[in-house]
Amino acid sequence: MIHHDSHYDPEASKIGMWLFIFTELLLFGGLFIIYSVYRFMNPDAFHLAAKELDTTIGAINTIILLVSSMTVAMATSAIQNKNIKLTQILLGITVVLAIVFLVNKYFEWSAKFDHGIFPGSEHLINDMSKGEILFFGLYFVMTGLHALHIIIGMAFIIFVMVFVAKKKVHPERYALLENSGLYWHLVDVIWIFLFPLFYLIT
Amino acid sequence: MSNEKHHIVPYRTYIFVLLALIVLTFISIAITHIELADYTVAGALILASVKTFLVLTFFMHLKFDKPYMRIMVGFVLAVFLAVIIITFLDYYYR
Repeated sequence: MIHHDSHYDPEASKIGMWLFIFTELLLFGGLFIIYSVYRFMNPDAFHLAAKELDTTIGAINTIILLVSSMTVAMATSAIQNKNIKLTQILLGITVVLAIVFLVNKYFEWSAKFDHGIFPGSEHLINDMSKGEILFFGLYFVMTGLHALHIIIGMAFIIFVMVFVAKKKVHPERYALLENSGLYWHLVDVIWIFLFPLFYLIT
Repeated sequence: MSNEKHHIVPYRTYIFVLLALIVLTFISIAITHIELADYTVAGALILASVKTFLVLTFFMHLKFDKPYMRIMVGFVLAVFLAVIIITFLDYYYR
């Protein structure tokens, strides 16, 4: 079971993952600063535009991501306890929850499109103020980029599940599983800030 | 190095953290429904920060990692916070 031939340093790979997470902070942090500055300059328009968003669907997606974060964190404990079956079940639940999140996002965006709200739409350009256009622009870019991260995180977790099935990730060598979890929690943390900033502060 | 004994987090710790996160989510929804004017934004952001702290500490295992990991993450977050403060010092006093 234990591969003595290949180099394995879980602590180093964890540091590598954290360094990557810091670069993600630069990406999303920059966008959050842009959001804050535009909000500061157009408080009324942001207030008005945020009312268009559905708090319920946002809240449901928040709960979904929080639960999926828990299941992926539990998967690490499960593999440390040498319970491979439970590990796979927990990772599977995480992937299913990620898909549910994306389906919700699809319906949410479709509703916006039906109301004529999408980047460059006539309704947006002709009927809305500059501040509202900025709000929806940021809304689509930030939630879109976040959804892209959901897809990548999901692919990462599926990849780990295959590795667990092939016994390349096992109770003595599970850094990859832990790192996919770290990435998933990052996606969760980003949403923890996106939700109040776009859906709640109306 | 890889022979170090790892701390296995019990499942119930994660369940408690999840419950706390869900409660905090509902609190943040509730406080934005009451009109607190300027404090609404501050309240929502403080709650989001508390939630992030819980995720970083327990889900991302920082509580169980070596201290240098916490220092590293704390330092990066402090730099990010400083950038936000400096940006707003600029815009606020224009």
